[in-house]
Amino acid sequence: MAFTPKTAPFSGKINAVTLGTGDKAIVIGGQNVMPFYTFDAPIENAPKIGVEISDLAANWDAPALNEFYAGCTTMVDYAKKAETMPGADFLCLHFESADPNGENRSVAECVADAKAVADAVTMPIVIMGCKNIEKDGELFSKIAEALQGKNILVLSARNEDYKTVGASVALAYGQKVGAETADDINLAKQLNIMLKGLSINPENIVMNIGTAAVGYGFEYVASTLDRVRLAALAQSDADLQMPIMSPVSPDAWSVKESTATEEDEPAWGNREERAIDMEVSTAAANLTGGADAVIMRHPAAIATIKKFITELV
Amino acid sequence: MALKGLDIFKLSPKKNCKECGSPTCMAFCMKVAQGAISIDKCPYFSDDAKAMLNEQTAPPMKTIAVGSHKLGGETVLYRHEKTLVNKNLYAVAVGTTLSAEEVDAKLADLQKVDYERIGERMYVEFVFVANTQSDPAVYAELVKKAAATGRDLILECWDVECAKAALEVAGKNVILDGATPDNWEAMNDIATAAGVVLGVSATSLSDLYDTVKKLEGKGNKNLVLDVTGKTAKETLANAVLVRRTAIKDGDRSFGYPSIVNVARLAKGDDHLQTAYATLFTEKYGSILVMEHMTYAQALPLYGLRQNIFTDPQKPMKVESKIYPLNGADENSPCALTVDFALTYFLVSGELERSNQPVNLIITDASGMSVLTAWAAGKFSSSTVKKTFETLDIENKIKNRTLIIPGKVAVMKGEIQEKLPGWNGDVGPLEAGRLPKYMNDME
Repeated sequence: MAFTPKTAPFSGKINAVTLGTGDKAIVIGGQNVMPFYTFDAPIENAPKIGVEISDLAANWDAPALNEFYAGCTTMVDYAKKAETMPGADFLCLHFESADPNGENRSVAECVADAKAVADAVTMPIVIMGCKNIEKDGELFSKIAEALQGKNILVLSARNEDYKTVGASVALAYGQKVGAETADDINLAKQLNIMLKGLSINPENIVMNIGTAAVGYGFEYVASTLDRVRLAALAQSDADLQMPIMSPVSPDAWSVKESTATEEDEPAWGNREERAIDMEVSTAAANLTGGADAVIMRHPAAIATIKKFITELV
Repeated sequence: MALKGLDIFKLSPKKNCKECGSPTCMAFCMKVAQGAISIDKCPYFSDDAKAMLNEQTAPPMKTIAVGSHKLGGETVLYRHEKTLVNKNLYAVAVGTTLSAEEVDAKLADLQKVDYERIGERMYVEFVFVANTQSDPAVYAELVKKAAATGRDLILECWDVECAKAALEVAGKNVILDGATPDNWEAMNDIATAAGVVLGVSATSLSDLYDTVKKLEGKGNKNLVLDVTGKTAKETLANAVLVRRTAIKDGDRSFGYPSIVNVARLAKGDDHLQTAYATLFTEKYGSILVMEHMTYAQALPLYGLRQNIFTDPQKPMKVESKIYPLNGADENSPCALTVDFALTYFLVSGELERSNQPVNLIITDASGMSVLTAWAAGKFSSSTVKKTFETLDIENKIKNRTLIIPGKVAVMKGEIQEKLPGWNGDVGPLEAGRLPKYMNDME
């Protein structure tokens, strides 16, 4: 008796969302199968990789990473260099320094940086803030205004600020908006419904359903990804069919495995190698769960994940 | 899959004799269907009917034991549906193509990764010993060396004579990964004679399925399936389809654990191996074979595995004790939090980033997070007092500063009442603010 596998796509489909403009524009989402299940149906758009460029990148401490960006001083320098990184599909500008509890850089300075980068590069741009609700609200709105017509994605609108961020970013300036929630399918669905309630077109929404480095509560991320994807595909839940973008690098580079010095942990070996594997594993785990795009930092990790995606799609 | 009470009732004696303790045969059959009672409680079911029912009520995926390790036995495809039962295990590959020195170095290396994380030993459980030549003595020599590590073995060997010689020196905790559509009969004889698990591989899923059917026909259900294909893409398809066929479609001939040879797919690219191992941890690899296992790979991979294979109904807990950080001693201040593993990792990580010596005191809160535990009464001044007594903190630590989580600032007064002499200090609301807080405190 011969074995014939039962394979079939789902009736539900992930929204295809375009980021950026021109030749370098990318499309994320669009598939009607679980991640990399090409045996069920072809994957329309391979997952994409974004390069994180922080305005605190000067503090990064990893020899090969620093070597890659050698000579870069401004965010524009970093962004131009990042565009040449093999495997890169888009750029993620991370305005960490805006944090009022940190360097508290002014919104005007951050916007000027974003504008300068947007004028100098052709890849799609994603904006990440400093996690301070008030500051981010102002920052996101001003950047969305300054970069009108670039079709950027702003990560993210949250439960606390979705009205201001959603209204300004998506409605007033026609950009894409991220919906960020913490590892819970119901919260994710609720925020999408609220954004749609502002009359934002679902095609303009991307989700960040929560992040963690592997080993640090990743089971919540994994199960949320599974559940969100199954709801979107198997139950055709239109409130969860938005593509998912996972910022991997900020978590992967801040856990002990990536930060402990070789003096502190002699058995663990080279610190940069540890950080790369942490970033690779966290990115691969997100993609395996259902992320349509990941944001990463190290050229070696990005090259690896690019190969991983190419081999599997 | 799940059998209905009525299906069982059809096979029952229908005597309503009550000897089983149930009022009627119908009631008894309903209980059997729910798994509430064993069918053996009824003395009148025919043996044939019992055998048939046992077969049909058996779980869709077999649990295969190798030494102290258990593989497979899964009942769901996704952990949120219930829980995943048996975590994937790791093997490091050696082979007859390597020189004796290379083999010695690899065997020594694979034993270096051996540590504990949240109460679980993290190490390479298996040595994968590949044979690509035909001299039984050469292979047996290699297997003997691998066995000397004390790790369980996977013998990848399609040569019958070599397999025989290897099994003589390999001990009992072995998987003979050698059956193919061509040699399955001979390999089956050797494996069953030696009482070891037999690994089956084939170039297509259809051939694999047929070979398993033939082995099952011979009465061997002590199997694992080597689903490694030519590419990562093919291997993922194999792993998913085998597992899905068993669990979703209830076809037990694919209800066996799997072996995925990640080393062979990544072809010497270590970072790519980490990526593939991550993929197959989430998607249905029971044993993952690696080229080697460095700490850089082990730390994320074992961490991920521990996450994925936790029971969603049972939170991960760390031990309640004093964790001295950044070289803290009895004169360093104390910080207090709960035993939920995630809380511990976040808080200890941020405290370490502050570079300030501090004693992190973990109190038993049944693995709940700070606010949940506080709301449930598992994190209160009384439970903290109990922890202080159990751990003898009064005498072990001279500093009397105790930082309490910002979210339970309300506890400060009670804690100071219950722990006279201690100065409660309210910490930040989020762990991320701890480095700044610690450095401002100084």
